[in-house]
Amino acid sequence: MSTKFMQISGFAAAIVAIQIFTQITDSSFHLTQLTMTAYYSLLVIGLCMLIGYAGQISLGHAGFFAIGGYISAFLTTHNLTSIKGKPLIALLSKFGLLVEGKDLYGGGLLAFQPWVACIIAVCTVLIVAYIIGGPVLKLKGHYLAMATLGFGIIVYRIVLGTAGLGAADGISGVPGFTILPGVTIGGSGSGKIMNYYVAWGILIVGITLLLNLISSRVGRALSAIHGAEDAAEAMGIPTANYKLKVFVLSAGFAAVAGVFLTHYNGSIGPSEASVMKSVRYVAIVAIGGMTSLWGAVFMSLILNYFSLRGSFGTYDDAVFGVILILIMLFAPDGLIRTQVLGDLKSFFKRSDSKEATL
Amino acid sequence: MTTLLTVEKLSKRFGGLQAVNEVSFSVTAGSIKALIGPNGAGKTTLFNLISGVITPDSGVINFCGDQVQGFRPHQVATKGMARTFQHIRLFPKMSVLENIMVGRHIHSRAGFVAGMLSIPYTWSEEKHIREKVHEIMAFLDLESLADVEATSLSYGQQRNVELGRALACEPKLLLLDEPAAGLNMSETTELGALISRIRDTGITVLIVEHDMGLVMDISDEILVLSYGKKIADDKPLAVQSNSEVINVYLGEDEDDA
Repeated sequence: MSTKFMQISGFAAAIVAIQIFTQITDSSFHLTQLTMTAYYSLLVIGLCMLIGYAGQISLGHAGFFAIGGYISAFLTTHNLTSIKGKPLIALLSKFGLLVEGKDLYGGGLLAFQPWVACIIAVCTVLIVAYIIGGPVLKLKGHYLAMATLGFGIIVYRIVLGTAGLGAADGISGVPGFTILPGVTIGGSGSGKIMNYYVAWGILIVGITLLLNLISSRVGRALSAIHGAEDAAEAMGIPTANYKLKVFVLSAGFAAVAGVFLTHYNGSIGPSEASVMKSVRYVAIVAIGGMTSLWGAVFMSLILNYFSLRGSFGTYDDAVFGVILILIMLFAPDGLIRTQVLGDLKSFFKRSDSKEATL
Repeated sequence: MTTLLTVEKLSKRFGGLQAVNEVSFSVTAGSIKALIGPNGAGKTTLFNLISGVITPDSGVINFCGDQVQGFRPHQVATKGMARTFQHIRLFPKMSVLENIMVGRHIHSRAGFVAGMLSIPYTWSEEKHIREKVHEIMAFLDLESLADVEATSLSYGQQRNVELGRALACEPKLLLLDEPAAGLNMSETTELGALISRIRDTGITVLIVEHDMGLVMDISDEILVLSYGKKIADDKPLAVQSNSEVINVYLGEDEDDA
């Protein structure tokens, strides 16, 4: 309990320190990328729970992220003015679920409240994850990877091919999301610094929830499933049920991340659903050490930040692919460990001795 | 004497092999029953049928008054049956303490939401789990190893951790699959004493074992299988003098087979 508290406080202090640093050095433009990084990290920690702790792979999490983001974007931008008179719309309006405003051209805009859109988006993702998770999680290893990859591709092709979702352009003009009075994610007039703290605050809440879960009865059961599924089953753990639940949970994290980032950016495009995004998230979990939530957060912070700053240029996706290969070859337990150098040495020693015997 | 487990005409076929052929027997509450037979006699299949790993083609398994054939292993475990494995199946990257804590799963209830929110009742539940696990580690003399990674221990110690994990389930029936495999003579004697002590705490034991010395020492009853069929089910002394059992084990009268 206390170490958990210390870790989280230390992390929060680092977040504050980074903000103060950008303030002093007059480089607060970095905060935009750092804010986006926080939302991507929210997806990464959920995926870390699924891959690292429960031992189930998913190459389709960008799909859940995109479903969440797209539904929220669509509902908050789709103009219902022309069907205002319909009883259903009138009813929704009466309950305060809709909001009136102006569109880009100054015309009347009637759309869903962001919080309504958010709830619908996240619930839809949970339902989708539940429906596909049931049959898909019966598969193991490569087969599970292939099936989730297939899901990711389907989502990508759907958002890319649907005119109502803006096809290749995606959806823009997504309004800000007022989560508390005076606290708005994205939108015009909301501060960079506030958005930065809101994003990292949400991530800290996510981390806290998952750290609690890891040290709980369920966390032990998930590790047990990862380690020896038959033995876990023999201890009375309903393994299929737990795998499905952790899959849905991680999809939920992806959906929340997708919704918030879409509102923050004011837009979402089909690239968010692309398979390379899913590969990137898996690469970050792998380099962070699979079973280390903090490792995943740390690597997500560094890699997403550099990626968003454009440091990898046009080789962005290639960089993450290479990272995944290198990690699997040299440090399958991730980089955030002390024995990395030893592993490298022993790897080269092994290849030397192989050559010697040839 | 009440019966805890009754198996009636249980059969399982794998392709052309009748692995278990209409086997019937019962286990008395509070006893140790051994299951023996030559390699390939169907002992492990019978174990897997009882614990729900595989479903029988026909037959009835009655455990504590409920028919449990066709149940999933976790459902059978919830009914009060715990097992160890022929090849030790501990949870890697988890300490001895954590491994045994997993055994408390069916006696605690904190789910995903309660776990994430760390609701106060989960704290007292965790405390109870730890208390019970420390009790079990004291019983098995594992307390000094509580924080050691379980899979890094010696073979004999790993056996004990696996046994501890099964005991943490507080089972009515404990299934042991060749617990003496890989142990030397003194370790086997210790294991025999330990199994008797477990029985004395009120846990019924069903054991598959190759070590005849151990089986004869501790068993109240012995069930002998050969080619999937029951050939004897009696007290140790009676089984020892049973001519069919002697034939199977010593291979006499080959024309009989």
